[in-house]
Amino acid sequence: MTREEIKIYVFDYLAGRMTCKDFVEVITDYLDGTMPFFRRVRFHLHLGMCLGCRIYLRQMRQTIQTLGRLPEQPPPPQVRDELLQRFKTWKPR
Amino acid sequence: MTQVDVSLSGSMRMPGHALPEETSTLERDSLSTREERHLLTRLRAGDEAAFASLVDRHHSSLLRLAMAHVSDRSVAEEVVQETWIGVLEGLDRFEGRSSLKTWIYRILTNKAKTRGVRESRHTTFSSLGSADEEGDEPAVDPSQFRTSGHWADYWSSYPEPWDEATPEKLLLSKEGAGYLEQAIEALPLNLRQVLIMRDIEGLESKEVCDMLGVSEGNQRVLLHRARSRVRRALEQYLEGGRKPA
Repeated sequence: MTREEIKIYVFDYLAGRMTCKDFVEVITDYLDGTMPFFRRVRFHLHLGMCLGCRIYLRQMRQTIQTLGRLPEQPPPPQVRDELLQRFKTWKPR
Repeated sequence: MTQVDVSLSGSMRMPGHALPEETSTLERDSLSTREERHLLTRLRAGDEAAFASLVDRHHSSLLRLAMAHVSDRSVAEEVVQETWIGVLEGLDRFEGRSSLKTWIYRILTNKAKTRGVRESRHTTFSSLGSADEEGDEPAVDPSQFRTSGHWADYWSSYPEPWDEATPEKLLLSKEGAGYLEQAIEALPLNLRQVLIMRDIEGLESKEVCDMLGVSEGNQRVLLHRARSRVRRALEQYLEGGRKPA
Protein backbone atom coordinates (compact mmCIF):
# COMPACT_ATOMS: atom_id res chain seq x y z
CA MET A 1 0.00 0.00 0.00
CA THR A 2 1.23 3.44 -0.83
CA ARG A 3 0.76 6.39 1.53
CA GLU A 4 -2.00 7.72 -0.75
CA GLU A 5 -3.86 4.47 -0.45
CA ILE A 6 -3.61 4.38 3.30
CA LYS A 7 -5.07 7.88 3.51
CA ILE A 8 -7.96 6.96 1.23
CA TYR A 9 -8.59 3.89 3.33
CA VAL A 10 -8.80 5.97 6.50
CA PHE A 11 -11.10 8.59 5.03
CA ASP A 12 -13.38 6.00 3.51
CA TYR A 13 -13.70 4.58 6.97
CA LEU A 14 -14.37 7.95 8.61
CA ALA A 15 -16.49 9.77 6.06
CA GLY A 16 -18.08 7.18 3.82
CA ARG A 17 -16.79 5.96 0.52
CA MET A 18 -16.39 8.11 -2.55
CA THR A 19 -14.57 6.35 -5.33
CA CYS A 20 -12.91 8.00 -8.32
CA LYS A 21 -15.75 6.65 -10.43
CA ASP A 22 -18.22 8.48 -8.14
CA PHE A 23 -16.07 11.59 -8.14
CA VAL A 24 -16.01 12.10 -11.90
CA GLU A 25 -19.82 11.97 -12.00
CA VAL A 26 -20.46 14.75 -9.50
CA ILE A 27 -18.11 17.42 -10.79
CA THR A 28 -20.85 19.50 -12.41
CA ASP A 29 -22.90 19.36 -9.20
CA TYR A 30 -19.82 20.59 -7.40
CA LEU A 31 -19.04 23.39 -9.85
CA ASP A 32 -22.68 24.51 -9.89
CA GLY A 33 -22.63 24.71 -6.11
CA THR A 34 -25.57 22.35 -5.73
CA MET A 35 -23.79 19.75 -3.67
CA PRO A 36 -25.12 19.19 -0.15
CA PHE A 37 -22.69 20.14 2.60
CA PHE A 38 -21.53 16.69 3.71
CA ARG A 39 -21.20 15.49 0.18
CA ARG A 40 -19.04 18.51 -0.53
CA VAL A 41 -16.83 17.74 2.44
CA ARG A 42 -16.44 14.20 1.14
CA PHE A 43 -15.66 15.56 -2.32
CA HIS A 44 -12.92 17.80 -0.93
CA LEU A 45 -11.44 14.97 1.11
CA HIS A 46 -11.25 12.78 -1.95
CA LEU A 47 -9.80 15.62 -3.97
CA GLY A 48 -7.13 16.27 -1.37
CA MET A 49 -5.98 12.69 -1.44
CA CYS A 50 -6.34 11.61 -5.01
CA LEU A 51 -3.90 12.92 -7.58
CA GLY A 52 -5.82 11.28 -10.43
CA CYS A 53 -9.00 13.13 -9.53
CA ARG A 54 -7.14 16.41 -9.11
CA ILE A 55 -5.83 15.99 -12.62
CA TYR A 56 -9.29 15.06 -13.84
CA LEU A 57 -11.04 18.01 -12.19
CA ARG A 58 -8.38 20.29 -13.65
CA GLN A 59 -9.08 18.85 -17.11
CA MET A 60 -12.80 19.47 -16.68
CA ARG A 61 -12.10 23.07 -15.72
CA GLN A 62 -9.80 23.45 -18.69
CA THR A 63 -12.48 21.99 -20.94
CA ILE A 64 -15.04 24.51 -19.66
CA GLN A 65 -12.58 27.39 -20.00
CA THR A 66 -11.78 26.34 -23.53
CA LEU A 67 -15.46 26.26 -24.43
CA GLY A 68 -15.92 29.73 -22.96
CA ARG A 69 -13.19 31.11 -25.17
CA LEU A 70 -14.18 29.76 -28.52
CA PRO A 71 -13.54 32.58 -30.95
CA GLU A 72 -16.54 34.41 -32.40
CA GLN A 73 -16.77 34.68 -36.12
CA PRO A 74 -18.41 37.71 -37.66
CA PRO A 75 -21.27 36.87 -40.01
CA PRO A 76 -20.67 36.69 -43.76
CA PRO A 77 -20.55 40.21 -45.25
CA GLN A 78 -23.83 40.01 -47.16
CA VAL A 79 -25.72 38.81 -44.07
CA ARG A 80 -24.13 41.55 -42.01
CA ASP A 81 -25.01 44.21 -44.62
CA GLU A 82 -28.57 43.02 -44.82
CA LEU A 83 -28.99 43.21 -41.05
CA LEU A 84 -27.44 46.67 -40.91
CA GLN A 85 -29.75 47.75 -43.71
CA ARG A 86 -32.69 46.50 -41.72
CA PHE A 87 -31.46 48.38 -38.69
CA LYS A 88 -31.32 51.59 -40.71
CA THR A 89 -34.95 51.29 -41.73
CA TRP A 90 -35.93 50.46 -38.14
CA LYS A 91 -33.98 53.37 -36.75
CA PRO A 92 -36.09 56.48 -37.26
CA ARG A 93 -38.35 56.59 -34.24
CA MET B 1 2.87 16.45 -5.53
CA THR B 2 0.58 19.32 -6.31
CA GLN B 3 -0.82 20.99 -3.24
CA VAL B 4 -4.40 22.00 -3.47
CA ASP B 5 -5.81 24.85 -1.49
CA VAL B 6 -9.21 23.64 -0.53
CA SER B 7 -11.91 25.78 0.94
CA LEU B 8 -15.48 24.79 1.52
CA SER B 9 -16.91 27.82 -0.21
CA GLY B 10 -16.73 25.92 -3.44
CA SER B 11 -13.74 27.65 -4.94
CA MET B 12 -10.46 25.91 -5.41
CA ARG B 13 -7.19 27.03 -6.77
CA MET B 14 -4.16 25.19 -8.00
CA PRO B 15 -0.85 26.96 -7.46
CA GLY B 16 0.91 28.41 -10.45
CA HIS B 17 -2.33 28.73 -12.24
CA ALA B 18 -3.10 32.10 -13.74
CA LEU B 19 -6.43 31.44 -15.40
CA PRO B 20 -9.73 32.51 -13.91
CA GLU B 21 -11.20 29.53 -12.12
CA GLU B 22 -14.79 30.49 -11.46
CA THR B 23 -15.91 28.80 -14.62
CA SER B 24 -19.45 28.12 -13.56
CA THR B 25 -20.21 31.81 -13.67
CA LEU B 26 -17.74 32.70 -16.36
CA GLU B 27 -19.47 34.88 -18.89
CA ARG B 28 -17.72 35.46 -22.11
CA ASP B 29 -17.08 39.16 -22.71
CA SER B 30 -20.12 39.87 -20.66
CA LEU B 31 -20.98 43.50 -20.24
CA SER B 32 -21.45 45.25 -16.95
CA THR B 33 -24.90 46.60 -16.25
CA ARG B 34 -23.69 50.10 -16.95
CA GLU B 35 -22.06 49.16 -20.24
CA GLU B 36 -25.19 47.35 -21.22
CA ARG B 37 -27.44 50.30 -20.44
CA HIS B 38 -25.10 52.43 -22.50
CA LEU B 39 -25.27 49.98 -25.41
CA LEU B 40 -29.04 49.89 -25.16
CA THR B 41 -29.27 53.68 -25.28
CA ARG B 42 -27.08 53.74 -28.35
CA LEU B 43 -29.15 51.03 -30.03
CA ARG B 44 -32.38 52.84 -29.35
CA ALA B 45 -30.88 56.02 -30.69
CA GLY B 46 -30.22 54.16 -33.92
CA ASP B 47 -26.45 53.91 -33.56
CA GLU B 48 -25.40 51.62 -36.39
CA ALA B 49 -21.97 50.84 -34.97
CA ALA B 50 -23.61 49.63 -31.78
CA PHE B 51 -25.86 47.28 -33.70
CA ALA B 52 -22.96 46.07 -35.85
CA SER B 53 -20.94 45.20 -32.77
CA LEU B 54 -23.90 43.37 -31.29
CA VAL B 55 -24.29 41.34 -34.46
CA ASP B 56 -20.57 40.60 -34.68
CA ARG B 57 -20.45 39.50 -31.08
CA HIS B 58 -23.41 37.15 -31.15
CA HIS B 59 -24.10 36.01 -34.67
CA SER B 60 -21.92 32.91 -34.80
CA SER B 61 -23.07 31.77 -31.35
CA LEU B 62 -26.68 32.25 -32.31
CA LEU B 63 -26.13 30.19 -35.42
CA ARG B 64 -24.43 27.47 -33.41
CA LEU B 65 -27.34 27.35 -31.02
CA ALA B 66 -29.92 27.44 -33.81
CA MET B 67 -28.19 24.43 -35.35
CA ALA B 68 -28.73 22.59 -32.10
CA HIS B 69 -32.48 23.05 -32.55
CA VAL B 70 -33.18 22.67 -36.23
CA SER B 71 -30.11 20.85 -37.62
CA ASP B 72 -30.62 22.06 -41.18
CA ARG B 73 -28.12 24.84 -41.74
CA SER B 74 -30.18 27.00 -44.05
CA VAL B 75 -33.15 26.81 -41.69
CA ALA B 76 -30.84 27.70 -38.80
CA GLU B 77 -29.62 30.75 -40.72
CA GLU B 78 -33.20 31.84 -41.23
CA VAL B 79 -33.91 31.40 -37.55
CA VAL B 80 -30.99 33.67 -36.70
CA GLN B 81 -32.25 36.28 -39.18
CA GLU B 82 -35.69 36.09 -37.60
CA THR B 83 -34.06 36.47 -34.21
CA TRP B 84 -32.38 39.72 -35.19
CA ILE B 85 -35.65 41.00 -36.56
CA GLY B 86 -37.29 39.99 -33.30
CA VAL B 87 -34.57 41.87 -31.44
CA LEU B 88 -35.30 45.02 -33.42
CA GLU B 89 -39.02 44.66 -32.91
CA GLY B 90 -38.64 44.21 -29.19
CA LEU B 91 -35.84 46.64 -28.49
CA ASP B 92 -38.15 49.46 -27.46
CA ARG B 93 -40.04 47.23 -25.08
CA PHE B 94 -37.00 45.49 -23.58
CA GLU B 95 -36.99 46.37 -19.91
CA GLY B 96 -33.61 45.05 -18.91
CA ARG B 97 -34.93 42.56 -16.40
CA SER B 98 -32.54 40.01 -17.84
CA SER B 99 -29.28 40.76 -19.58
CA LEU B 100 -29.46 41.75 -23.22
CA LYS B 101 -27.68 38.54 -24.13
CA THR B 102 -30.14 36.36 -22.25
CA TRP B 103 -33.01 38.20 -23.88
CA ILE B 104 -31.57 37.63 -27.37
CA TYR B 105 -31.02 33.95 -26.62
CA ARG B 106 -34.58 33.62 -25.40
CA ILE B 107 -35.87 35.08 -28.65
CA LEU B 108 -33.73 32.66 -30.60
CA THR B 109 -34.81 29.68 -28.56
CA ASN B 110 -38.48 30.51 -29.06
CA LYS B 111 -38.07 31.02 -32.79
CA ALA B 112 -36.00 27.87 -33.12
CA LYS B 113 -38.48 25.80 -31.13
CA THR B 114 -41.38 26.99 -33.25
CA ARG B 115 -39.36 26.19 -36.34
CA GLY B 116 -38.27 22.83 -34.98
CA VAL B 117 -41.87 21.82 -34.33
CA ARG B 118 -42.94 22.97 -37.76
CA GLU B 119 -40.04 21.17 -39.40
CA SER B 120 -40.68 17.95 -37.59
CA ARG B 121 -44.29 18.03 -38.72
CA HIS B 122 -43.52 18.63 -42.34
CA THR B 123 -40.24 16.86 -42.82
CA THR B 124 -38.51 13.79 -41.57
CA PHE B 125 -36.91 15.42 -38.53
CA SER B 126 -39.08 13.43 -36.17
CA SER B 127 -36.13 12.44 -34.04
CA LEU B 128 -35.20 16.04 -33.35
CA GLY B 129 -36.49 16.69 -29.89
CA SER B 130 -36.24 13.12 -28.77
CA ALA B 131 -34.48 12.41 -25.52
CA ASP B 132 -32.10 10.01 -27.16
CA GLU B 133 -29.60 10.26 -24.34
CA GLU B 134 -31.68 9.30 -21.36
CA GLY B 135 -29.71 6.20 -20.48
CA ASP B 136 -26.82 6.25 -18.07
CA GLU B 137 -23.57 7.20 -19.67
CA PRO B 138 -20.39 7.13 -17.63
CA ALA B 139 -18.27 10.29 -17.73
CA VAL B 140 -15.14 8.19 -18.00
CA ASP B 141 -14.57 4.93 -19.83
CA PRO B 142 -14.97 2.26 -17.12
CA SER B 143 -11.81 0.55 -18.33
CA GLN B 144 -9.83 3.37 -16.74
CA PHE B 145 -10.85 2.19 -13.29
CA ARG B 146 -9.72 -0.87 -11.40
CA THR B 147 -12.25 -3.62 -11.38
CA SER B 148 -11.62 -5.60 -8.21
CA GLY B 149 -10.37 -5.52 -4.68
CA HIS B 150 -10.67 -2.69 -2.18
CA TRP B 151 -9.57 -0.24 -4.89
CA ALA B 152 -12.25 -1.18 -7.36
CA ASP B 153 -13.57 1.98 -9.06
CA TYR B 154 -10.38 3.91 -8.33
CA TRP B 155 -8.15 4.96 -11.22
CA SER B 156 -6.12 2.12 -12.65
CA SER B 157 -3.82 4.75 -14.10
CA TYR B 158 -4.10 8.49 -13.63
CA PRO B 159 -5.17 10.72 -16.50
CA GLU B 160 -2.32 12.60 -18.19
CA PRO B 161 -2.22 16.20 -16.98
CA TRP B 162 -2.74 18.69 -19.77
CA ASP B 163 -0.54 21.61 -20.59
CA GLU B 164 -1.17 24.52 -18.20
CA ALA B 165 -1.99 26.80 -21.11
CA THR B 166 -4.50 24.45 -22.69
CA PRO B 167 -7.34 26.78 -23.56
CA GLU B 168 -5.07 29.38 -25.14
CA LYS B 169 -2.80 26.98 -26.98
CA LEU B 170 -5.57 24.80 -28.26
CA LEU B 171 -7.64 27.67 -29.54
CA LEU B 172 -4.68 29.47 -31.10
CA SER B 173 -4.32 26.82 -33.74
CA LYS B 174 -7.03 26.70 -36.35
CA GLU B 175 -6.86 22.95 -36.21
CA GLY B 176 -7.48 22.90 -32.47
CA ALA B 177 -10.43 25.27 -32.59
CA GLY B 178 -11.89 23.35 -35.52
CA TYR B 179 -11.49 20.10 -33.66
CA LEU B 180 -13.37 21.50 -30.69
CA GLU B 181 -16.18 22.78 -32.94
CA GLN B 182 -16.46 19.29 -34.41
CA ALA B 183 -16.59 17.72 -30.99
CA ILE B 184 -19.46 20.06 -30.11
CA GLU B 185 -21.31 19.33 -33.33
CA ALA B 186 -20.99 15.62 -32.68
CA LEU B 187 -23.05 15.96 -29.48
CA PRO B 188 -26.70 14.95 -29.51
CA LEU B 189 -28.98 17.98 -29.80
CA ASN B 190 -30.16 18.17 -26.21
CA LEU B 191 -26.63 17.93 -24.85
CA ARG B 192 -25.45 20.51 -27.35
CA GLN B 193 -28.16 23.03 -26.47
CA VAL B 194 -27.30 22.97 -22.80
CA LEU B 195 -23.55 23.04 -23.38
CA ILE B 196 -23.74 26.00 -25.75
CA MET B 197 -25.90 28.06 -23.44
CA ARG B 198 -24.09 27.25 -20.23
CA ASP B 199 -20.43 26.88 -21.15
CA ILE B 200 -20.00 28.70 -24.42
CA GLU B 201 -22.38 31.57 -23.71
CA GLY B 202 -22.14 31.52 -19.94
CA LEU B 203 -25.87 31.83 -19.27
CA GLU B 204 -27.17 31.07 -15.79
CA SER B 205 -28.53 27.64 -15.03
CA LYS B 206 -32.01 29.02 -14.21
CA GLU B 207 -32.23 30.92 -17.46
CA VAL B 208 -31.31 27.85 -19.45
CA CYS B 209 -33.90 25.71 -17.64
CA ASP B 210 -36.58 28.32 -18.36
CA MET B 211 -35.74 28.47 -22.03
CA LEU B 212 -35.53 24.74 -22.58
CA GLY B 213 -38.28 23.78 -20.19
CA VAL B 214 -36.19 21.26 -18.27
CA SER B 215 -35.65 20.85 -14.55
CA GLU B 216 -32.39 22.04 -13.01
CA GLY B 217 -31.45 18.49 -12.15
CA ASN B 218 -32.08 17.28 -15.66
CA GLN B 219 -30.18 20.21 -17.08
CA ARG B 220 -27.18 19.40 -14.92
CA VAL B 221 -27.18 15.79 -16.04
CA LEU B 222 -27.20 16.90 -19.67
CA LEU B 223 -24.50 19.48 -19.05
CA HIS B 224 -22.31 17.01 -17.24
CA ARG B 225 -22.65 14.46 -19.99
CA ALA B 226 -21.85 17.04 -22.64
CA ARG B 227 -18.81 18.36 -20.76
CA SER B 228 -17.53 14.86 -20.12
CA ARG B 229 -17.80 14.01 -23.80
CA VAL B 230 -15.99 17.15 -24.84
CA ARG B 231 -13.28 16.47 -22.26
CA ARG B 232 -12.81 12.99 -23.70
CA ALA B 233 -12.57 14.45 -27.19
CA LEU B 234 -9.98 16.99 -26.08
CA GLU B 235 -8.06 14.25 -24.30
CA GLN B 236 -7.90 12.25 -27.50
CA TYR B 237 -6.75 15.29 -29.38
CA LEU B 238 -4.13 16.33 -26.85
CA GLU B 239 -2.79 12.84 -26.31
CA GLY B 240 -2.96 11.80 -29.91
CA GLY B 241 0.41 13.40 -30.54
CA ARG B 242 -1.41 16.22 -32.28
CA LYS B 243 -0.69 18.71 -29.56
CA PRO B 244 -1.56 22.22 -30.60
CA ALA B 245 1.58 24.18 -31.43
